[in-house]
Amino acid sequence: MDKRLERILPRVQKPARYVGGEYNAVMKDKEKVDVRFAFCFPDTYEIGMSNLGYRILYGILNEMPAVWCERVFAPWTDMEEELRKNQIPLYALESGDPVGAFDIVAFSVGYEMAYPAMLNMLDLSGLPLRSEERPGLTPLVIAGGTAMYNAEPVADFIDLALIGEGEDLLPEVVELYGKAKKEGWDKPRFLREASQLQGVYVPSLYAVAYNPDGTIQSITPQDGAPEKVYKRVVHDMDRSYYPAKTIVPSTEIVHDRVTLEVFRGCIRGCRFCQAGYVYRPVRSRSKEQLVQYGQEAIQDSGYQEMTLSSLSTSDYPQLVELCDGLAPFCERNHVNLSLPSLRADNFSMELMQRLQKGRKAGLTFAPEAGTQRLRDAINKNVTEDDLMESLKTAFSGGWNAVKLYFMLGLPTETDEDVLGIAEIAKHAVHTWREYAANKNRGLRVTVSTSWFVPKPFTAFQWEPQISREEYERRVKLLRSAITAKAVTYNWHDGDTSFLEAVLARGDRRLGKVLETAFRKGAKLDAWSDCFDLNRWLDAFEECGLDPEFYACRQRSRDEILPWSMISCYVSDDYLWRQRELAYQSKASPDCRAQCSGCGANAVEGGECYHG
Amino acid sequence: MGKLRLLFVKEGRAVYISHLDLLRTFQRVFLRQGLVLRHSQGFHPHPVISFALPLPVGQASDCEILDFEVTQDLDGADLPQALNAFMPEGIRALDCYIPARPIRDIAEIRCKVNFLYDAGVPANALEEIRSLFTGESLIIQKRTKRKSLADVDIRPMVHRLEMEAAHAALHLDVSVSAQNPGLNPALLAAAVEAYLPALAPDFVQVRRVELMDAAGERFR
Repeated sequence: MDKRLERILPRVQKPARYVGGEYNAVMKDKEKVDVRFAFCFPDTYEIGMSNLGYRILYGILNEMPAVWCERVFAPWTDMEEELRKNQIPLYALESGDPVGAFDIVAFSVGYEMAYPAMLNMLDLSGLPLRSEERPGLTPLVIAGGTAMYNAEPVADFIDLALIGEGEDLLPEVVELYGKAKKEGWDKPRFLREASQLQGVYVPSLYAVAYNPDGTIQSITPQDGAPEKVYKRVVHDMDRSYYPAKTIVPSTEIVHDRVTLEVFRGCIRGCRFCQAGYVYRPVRSRSKEQLVQYGQEAIQDSGYQEMTLSSLSTSDYPQLVELCDGLAPFCERNHVNLSLPSLRADNFSMELMQRLQKGRKAGLTFAPEAGTQRLRDAINKNVTEDDLMESLKTAFSGGWNAVKLYFMLGLPTETDEDVLGIAEIAKHAVHTWREYAANKNRGLRVTVSTSWFVPKPFTAFQWEPQISREEYERRVKLLRSAITAKAVTYNWHDGDTSFLEAVLARGDRRLGKVLETAFRKGAKLDAWSDCFDLNRWLDAFEECGLDPEFYACRQRSRDEILPWSMISCYVSDDYLWRQRELAYQSKASPDCRAQCSGCGANAVEGGECYHG
Repeated sequence: MGKLRLLFVKEGRAVYISHLDLLRTFQRVFLRQGLVLRHSQGFHPHPVISFALPLPVGQASDCEILDFEVTQDLDGADLPQALNAFMPEGIRALDCYIPARPIRDIAEIRCKVNFLYDAGVPANALEEIRSLFTGESLIIQKRTKRKSLADVDIRPMVHRLEMEAAHAALHLDVSVSAQNPGLNPALLAAAVEAYLPALAPDFVQVRRVELMDAAGERFR
């Protein structure tokens, strides 16, 4: 550890997150590896260490004898200030070596608001921000994660992006890099070769031309780069890596427990949900393997909490059998098993009741919209009856706090839909009055709304975000309609959602806006206490760009979208059909009930996976 | 069903693990090893486990004590080696045994304290600081639990002090009161800063080396 760190650590909050040395952190002899990989997470330690994908890739890379993957997280503002004041470059937790000395600097980017933190981390490492200012092969700056389905806003800064799931692709890229380093390739040659790997997107190999109105005229691949970069997926979850032996942080993190990933993908097809489309098709792990992994992970870590994870856990076909399989072990070892992302149906509630022991914390449901008409339009196939049945079970079973999540500004939303949210809250209170097991403890209903952000690769990728004034009007409308004392209403702050909408569907011209905003102080902008929209509005003005062009504009079907060189196999034709159905308020069946022909089955060249 | 006492070292990267986090860490270490802790019998059962004298974040120690109760019948002799395979870097068990004495018998902590001076130890620092700590009284302001400042005389809590000057550091070998009330040795530097600001060190390192009872014998 740098001697200078010893001086500053006593002055910063939660210093344990800056030192490494945790149980199962991988230590290697740096002289004996060919590729040193700095795996950067553009958010704090507590967030990054809670990310399962990050842990999977850390494990896979460190299983490669020639590679040492180390972790790097964004420092909190107090630590950043100390690092800069003392001229200590950003360092990796395992070796303590500066990031600038690594071969590959990789970012795991799950959400757009992490972009400024990426730039800040490059800057703290003493690296030039722009790819073109780093002419050598080393260090190579790469990025992956869900946000990279539209990598355009950071296209100027990264050398390449990995599209889709990284389990197979990332080792291929690292191996190719190892070869390039050994054989002395220059950076352009490496990038050309890498672009031939399925799933690798090299922004500098695509020329983008614009129309006078600011829309894209053409995207032209160069030097043999593919017209379309198709995502990569794990084909067989039973054979894919699961980090049963993984780092146990010595300080509390956000998800401080064993996370068992039961399946990937989602059968539901909610029309606003990017994850629901880009992670297609559904691929499950067998329950036998999950039971085994769960036991191994608990025994290795010493955790006493385990959670089942996926986009919609109640859609796992063998969920009851899985819970039955885990229950004896969990009971014997006092392990608490929890099930997040449950749907509001009866079956889930019965399961919850069986698993929940002792303290009954709050329950969370996400009906997303206030009326059946709008829920049909967004294809969220939950009825109010389902929800009230679940609440009935919950209240009679002793729960007395419930959180309900909604979005405002969904396409086709009317005032009737907004007021429907208040109706649902009212019905929840009635249900409680009728069925509560113990009324003395009172009821808490929390209604939360966010401002809908249209995302690429969804049925709503062409839709405008509603204007800020309109969003605020709908918040006010809902606020005045919620009268019950037991109901608390929280609404999401508009500034961040607006910028998120800009960045989510941005093109590569936003690079200069990002850089300008970063120079003005944007960094941990995923944290509302660090976020300032004015910095961004100033940056847009200086760069001569209009943020509303990105957030609030209706795109036409034939517009070339900035991410159109990327494919998650789900076709635009399908997404457009889903959009049309939304405007007719018509739901689609889920993938198990009937195939809607989205195109994701092309991943295996035919049928979707069963299960 | 038995009470056990673990003696362990906390150093290096582990000095930044806070008291609460260390408690969680040990619970997990025990579970990894397969040791079953006895739980309290209340509505929210929690494992029976406690540290003798919480160590401030940033300080190292050769003599930390953790008391816990297990459901198995064990004398603990094999535990240190078994547990060490499951520890984070910087924590190492030295000994484990059935405790014979209560924690309240710990009277003083022997510490090595280094005052670091980046530009070299100032002239007369050794003498002036020694006379500061050997005077009649030494009143400093200390933050109380209620976050207000209170005047505290720390002189009676400094039981023994030896000092030695090196080029860029003063090495203090000091015994301080362990409890009721105990003295955080880092406050010695705070006293220098208050009374001899020109001699305030640039950085202070603290390492606990031994626990003593009132008779001056080693506590175990």
